[in-house]
Amino acid sequence: MNRTWWAWVIPMMAGVGACARHPATPLEPQPKAFGAEVILVSGDKQVAGVGAQLDQPVVVQVNDSKGSAVAGAPVRFAAAGGVAFQPDRGLTGSDGQFTTNVSLGGMAGPYQIVAATTDSSGKRAEVRIEEIAVGYQERLGQQLNAIHCIRCHDPESTPERVSNHDNLSAQAHAFTEGAVLNAISDANLIAIISHGGAALNKSPEMPPYGNRLTKSEIDALVAYIRAVSDPPYRPQGVFYATN
Amino acid sequence: MKISGKMASFFNFLLGDSARAFGALSVALVALLAVVPAADFLRDWRGYQKRYLRLVRGRSDATSLTRRFQPGLQQIWMPELGVVDRCPTCHSALREASLGDVKDQPFRPHPPIPHSVTGFGCVMCHRGQGAATTVEEAHRSTKSWEDPILPARYLESSCGQCHMERLTGTPLLNQGRQTLARYGCVRCHVIKSPDGVAMTGTDDPPSLAHIGAKTTREWIAAWLKNPQAYASSATMPNFQLPDDDIRDLSAFLIAQSTPYLASREAAPKVPTDDRALKNGASLFGESFCSSCHAIQNAAGMLVGGNLGPELTRIGSKAKPEWLADWLRDPRVYDPDTQMPHYRLDAQQRGLLMAFLGNKTDPDFLGNRHFDPPTSVQIDHGRALVNERGCAACHEINGVKKADNFAPELTLVGSRPLAKILFAPGVAHTLPDYIAAKIRQPRSFSTSLKMPQYTLAPEQVEALVTALLAQTERAQKMPTALRIPPRRASDYHAAGQAGRLMEDLRCFSCHTINGRGGDMAPDLTWEGTAVTRPWLVNFLKNPNTLRPALIRRMPKFNLTDAEADTLADYIMTVYQTPAFDRDSIDSSRFTRADAEHGKELFYGKYACQSCHIVDPDKDKGYIGPTLTQTGARLNAAWVFHWLKNAESLRPGTLEPVWKSSDEDARALSAFLVAQKIAPQTEPAKK
Repeated sequence: MNRTWWAWVIPMMAGVGACARHPATPLEPQPKAFGAEVILVSGDKQVAGVGAQLDQPVVVQVNDSKGSAVAGAPVRFAAAGGVAFQPDRGLTGSDGQFTTNVSLGGMAGPYQIVAATTDSSGKRAEVRIEEIAVGYQERLGQQLNAIHCIRCHDPESTPERVSNHDNLSAQAHAFTEGAVLNAISDANLIAIISHGGAALNKSPEMPPYGNRLTKSEIDALVAYIRAVSDPPYRPQGVFYATN
Repeated sequence: MKISGKMASFFNFLLGDSARAFGALSVALVALLAVVPAADFLRDWRGYQKRYLRLVRGRSDATSLTRRFQPGLQQIWMPELGVVDRCPTCHSALREASLGDVKDQPFRPHPPIPHSVTGFGCVMCHRGQGAATTVEEAHRSTKSWEDPILPARYLESSCGQCHMERLTGTPLLNQGRQTLARYGCVRCHVIKSPDGVAMTGTDDPPSLAHIGAKTTREWIAAWLKNPQAYASSATMPNFQLPDDDIRDLSAFLIAQSTPYLASREAAPKVPTDDRALKNGASLFGESFCSSCHAIQNAAGMLVGGNLGPELTRIGSKAKPEWLADWLRDPRVYDPDTQMPHYRLDAQQRGLLMAFLGNKTDPDFLGNRHFDPPTSVQIDHGRALVNERGCAACHEINGVKKADNFAPELTLVGSRPLAKILFAPGVAHTLPDYIAAKIRQPRSFSTSLKMPQYTLAPEQVEALVTALLAQTERAQKMPTALRIPPRRASDYHAAGQAGRLMEDLRCFSCHTINGRGGDMAPDLTWEGTAVTRPWLVNFLKNPNTLRPALIRRMPKFNLTDAEADTLADYIMTVYQTPAFDRDSIDSSRFTRADAEHGKELFYGKYACQSCHIVDPDKDKGYIGPTLTQTGARLNAAWVFHWLKNAESLRPGTLEPVWKSSDEDARALSAFLVAQKIAPQTEPAKK
């Protein structure tokens, strides 16, 4: 009994001593159980301003090899590029889930977050989570999207904003639909926004915004559409309008 | 002995004769003179410039990149702004858009912003020490300089140094400024905008002069204990008062309360049966009370607007006789309320009272029961009111609003770190200090008066952003650079109609001539837009125009005479100078015009995406339903709306079509042919 007591206290004292200089670093929690895999519950693909905290927390769950949730398993978050977690490590709760608030780094672009757990033998299991940081231009585009585009281009309704998506005969593409939108060049996107869908033989249900939005506002919208695209948009060389 | 002997022989060897001494001293001098150029040669920025040249060497546009590269110390100097920035020395690629794929600093090009980097410099937005030439000194706080780089999340604060208006691109700054005004921060703290105008509150803290008529001491105590327990959306902060203080405060507030000029009309009979509750709920819905007031539904979700207070537990608060008076005419109790004067009859008031009186929560009031207040309690309560600054927000009989109750925050964004006392565990930066102070004011000292607010993390971030904009630099900015806010106009409509509009509080929701709320359409040119018969009918019986909106125009139960007065005024005064309402005679539209318009409506313009003309076929519900356009709108308005709707009603969602005259005419012909006789209801006398 006595021996166990010392075996616990000495490393803890050492730990406290080591951490005294860096009070921000919490003590590594002692796992109470281990799982075999970690899965994402919610909070991926969020868009936030550079350096800002994501609106929704990121929630992951640790499962055992049979796929049922494990409580008290260790979870650790890590990411490059100045991403901050609050907290960045801990044990899963009674529902097997672990929740953290994420602040993205100071540069615009996609960020990858890794949530990892270890099993009893120390083997790592991890899940990769994508988040998107937007700079000034994309953020302006995000605001303009919320005013002019979202009602038709977002199929989801909220209590404050009913979606018009399903009322159209041509289905408007959500801005995250990279498979479709990445194939459209910047010049064509700008042409569709400015002159309406009919300008490129697409549906006239997309009205022209060239007289409503300024050139730089349309550029901002295109930057936003590119920023949230999934799969991510990769520009290739110079594009010219094809129609 | 031995060492000094060796030293002596060493010096003897170096300086033994004059030739040797000359040689040795020359070597020493050369070495000494080499120190300065060597130190200069090894500066951080030289390394970065070399790395930059290596980076661009392999790129396709290497030649032009290298040609544009400027070696040596680079500086942006703007004496009128006090900017001396040497950042481009290392950040060589700031203006090289072709390096967009480079992810390593300091070689990333600057992302597109509305300002030129050389026109404003770097520290204006990013802070940091612009004159420094080492990485450490430029970005972090050091012993001699303590203005570190601003974390990216608060960057919008820098826009706020010049821009006092709401910018689309700065949602966080806008939210922060709105929160400062809405949560009453500016009622205790003086915060002057860079143009010298102090911010004012947009919250409407109720007067407590007649509080005893409205509610009970028990409710006041429960509210003071935890305002958010009564209404989760309450903006009043928690003053974290001990129970004895709460008892004495409630004693004083009841004691100072004077009766108001209550109506002499008997309170309506309040039915109590289940049917009355149900009918009350329907009347609450039909009157669109929820456009302004939220109520928690069974699932615990708040449903409704936030212009007025949440009503989930109103039955535990309002005394029935007060509620009866309030529903009859709110201005009798509070002349400045935003609530319209509904013309409810006694039976309707009874139903609403039954519905609202049933919204109680016994848990909230708990088991409190107070004996009549003693004079000791009242005196202590009065002292507490003065000490806690209650009068900064609320009107209280016999208590004067204290000036400079809390520290002025006009320059809080430039507060030197050396003058700040940090609480334990708070990082030593200004944004972290401000955030910690907002999150938990009393963590800095339990004796601080600042109350505890209930704010979401995003609200704290927004508040910090807005406060960081309050810098010395902003105050010293040349006036020409300041973009003033749009100051609210104090427009009032004239005469009998004007009085009626004040009575109905039209300006709580509608903007007219620059004054008013943004919940409902701008009515500045409404008289040009609509026809008089439609307007009269709508005022008496507002029907649904915009199906996608959940905030609707309430039915005020206007008399015929009132509706006529309003309609006359609107039709006469609210006319656009841009064109004449009667300039297009719709009777001269031909059938062919309308047919062509129909083709354009469903084809070229695809108006059915957002508007409904044929209720069986069209599905779009973003814009107003157009089934009765002919009865509602003037042909000239429709024509010019299709030309440029934005110029007629700023902020409308309608795209600016700039249609040709021919298209606009045909579409107008089609639309004004849409007439469904509006449902009429016998007017209330």
